[in-house]
Amino acid sequence: MSPLEIFFIFSAGITLVAAAMVVTARNLVHSAWWLILTLFGVAVLFALLNASFFAVIQVVIYIGAISILIIFAIMMTRRVAQDTGPKFNKDWGLAVAVSLFLFGGVTWMLSTWENFNIAPPTMPVDTDPLRQLGQALVSPDAYVLPFELASVLLLAALVGSIIIAWEKK
Amino acid sequence: MTFLSDPISSIGNWLENFLIGLGLAPNFSALIVTAIGAFVLAAFGLMIVLLLIWFERKAVARMQDRLGPNRIGPYGIFQSVADTLKLLTKEYITPAGADKVVYNLAPLFAVMAVLGIWAVIPFAATVYGSDINVGALYIVAVGAIGVLAIIMAGWSSNNKYALLGAFRVVSQLLCYEVPLVITLLIPVMLAGSMGMNAIVMAQDTWFIFLAPLGFLIFLIASIAEVGRAPFDLLEADSEIVAGFNIEYSGMKFGMFFVAEFLHAFTIGAVVATLFLGGWRGPGAETYPILGTIYFFIKAFIVYFIVVWARGTFPRIRIDQMLNFSWKFLTPLALVLLIVMAVQLKLVEGSPTWVYVTSSFAVNVLIAFGTIHLLRSFARRERKRVSEERPLATAPESDFQQI
Amino acid sequence: MIPLSYYLVFAAALFSIGVFGVLARKNAVAIIMGIELMLNAVNVNLLAFWRYLEPGWITGQAFAIIVFAVAAAEVAVGLALVISIYRRRRTIAVDEIDLLKW
Repeated sequence: MSPLEIFFIFSAGITLVAAAMVVTARNLVHSAWWLILTLFGVAVLFALLNASFFAVIQVVIYIGAISILIIFAIMMTRRVAQDTGPKFNKDWGLAVAVSLFLFGGVTWMLSTWENFNIAPPTMPVDTDPLRQLGQALVSPDAYVLPFELASVLLLAALVGSIIIAWEKK
Repeated sequence: MTFLSDPISSIGNWLENFLIGLGLAPNFSALIVTAIGAFVLAAFGLMIVLLLIWFERKAVARMQDRLGPNRIGPYGIFQSVADTLKLLTKEYITPAGADKVVYNLAPLFAVMAVLGIWAVIPFAATVYGSDINVGALYIVAVGAIGVLAIIMAGWSSNNKYALLGAFRVVSQLLCYEVPLVITLLIPVMLAGSMGMNAIVMAQDTWFIFLAPLGFLIFLIASIAEVGRAPFDLLEADSEIVAGFNIEYSGMKFGMFFVAEFLHAFTIGAVVATLFLGGWRGPGAETYPILGTIYFFIKAFIVYFIVVWARGTFPRIRIDQMLNFSWKFLTPLALVLLIVMAVQLKLVEGSPTWVYVTSSFAVNVLIAFGTIHLLRSFARRERKRVSEERPLATAPESDFQQI
Repeated sequence: MIPLSYYLVFAAALFSIGVFGVLARKNAVAIIMGIELMLNAVNVNLLAFWRYLEPGWITGQAFAIIVFAVAAAEVAVGLALVISIYRRRRTIAVDEIDLLKW
């Protein structure tokens, strides 16, 4: 067990425990705090994968914007100050079965793949992944079309969410 | 001589060899040396707050034609120590029904968010915490953790006024983050890299001369991000009842206070690195100590501008604040970014003086265009407000009735 | 060295926890949190495959960026819908929002 593996197991374990608390916490705001811990754990894993840009973007977008949006939405949709009543709906047993089946099925299918346990290849040293990513997102024979479509999607989401949540006076 | 040209690595190597000589494994001793380095940086940040608080109180007092602290120590220099001792001896009162874990974590996250920024700022060519290649974006990410700390503080106090105050602060901070990130892209674009060291090395001419309007927008957005005057509606001394930190006492409140002042100085450090050339100056490459001195002088100059703004401007209302950001700063920053990107592409490969004068000219043109637009809007608004309204009765009919 | 299987099993586990959150919770905002967990698991998977199979190509990273953008857009619109439903029906428990049922 190299120190890197121990560190991975530690952070992945914390992330999974936090994710389990997200879906089982009674108090919805506690779910939000656990979600923030989960997202931070995923950022740590991105840093372990040599994707430093994505680790920082994860913190900026998910923790800095999306989590705050979720907390605002929780505060604005509480009828009473405390959460009462059951937190799961009546089919939660079926949900447990479906998710266990999904996890088991995916893991079994992947374990029959011959590259399942490969070690990471060395990163090509002369490229700067950040510069490569920037050029790939705007060059016409790379990914400029998904990039432009994503920006149109963001514009539509921006305008749409403002109109949907507009209070008619 | 390596000590003079590369002090941090030589101290680090000496410590590591010392620890290995004591019998520790090499990995472990490297970890301990890194932890000691982080601790020294954090301790430095927290210690300098005492000096900053004294400086601000004296400067603002002189602007307001009074003396400021002058009893404790010569020129009142130990006033911050007295305030710290007072805060340390106050009782911690936790409100009933508060969520204890989150309530106690919030001040820690607030200070963490500010100290984390100091890890990527280069003090000299070889004196820095860590040189990641996404340093500029890391600063934004760590600032987002500060926003999170405010929501945690507001929600966990079990006080609806603290919660509303926290929401208003967060909406202000999120809304000024947009022009901040857009103008942060201007030095990144000029330097061709997001790493802070690379940005400093690319400033043969300081970026404030290449993008003065970008410097102004970044400074205004940063002052709003800290929550200082004139944007301090939410935690000002006369409005403190609706602030997010009203349920905190003692050193927990002290942590929020320290975080705010340290953040103001950190803005000075970040602006000095991005726009004023960081540690660069005559002789800074060979003697890192000179680089550090230049860096601190520049950071203090920007900090003084921030304090000056506090002492001069009146507070603005929250709706004026939000309008100013969304309707003025964000479109201006976007226009500036796009025009500068086009201009830089057009003058690529030209000699330096073409590059500098064209960037400066573009900024000045956009500033003049904006002022002209604002003036015509204001003129139209004045005309609309001052036009004659019809009177209720005709002017001469009263006198003819008698 | 960390073998690829660690990341894939982690991503599968995170995705299944997200699926459980979506299928079993009553509150609409909790369901949206489950969706966020699933999108994060997808990102971990994309970047793990990028790093372990072809770190010289940029495809994995480009699509991870697109997933980030789509997740942000979807959360914004989803929460706007939830707030709008709360204003009309005063509830966001999904089994009480059943006007379209026969």
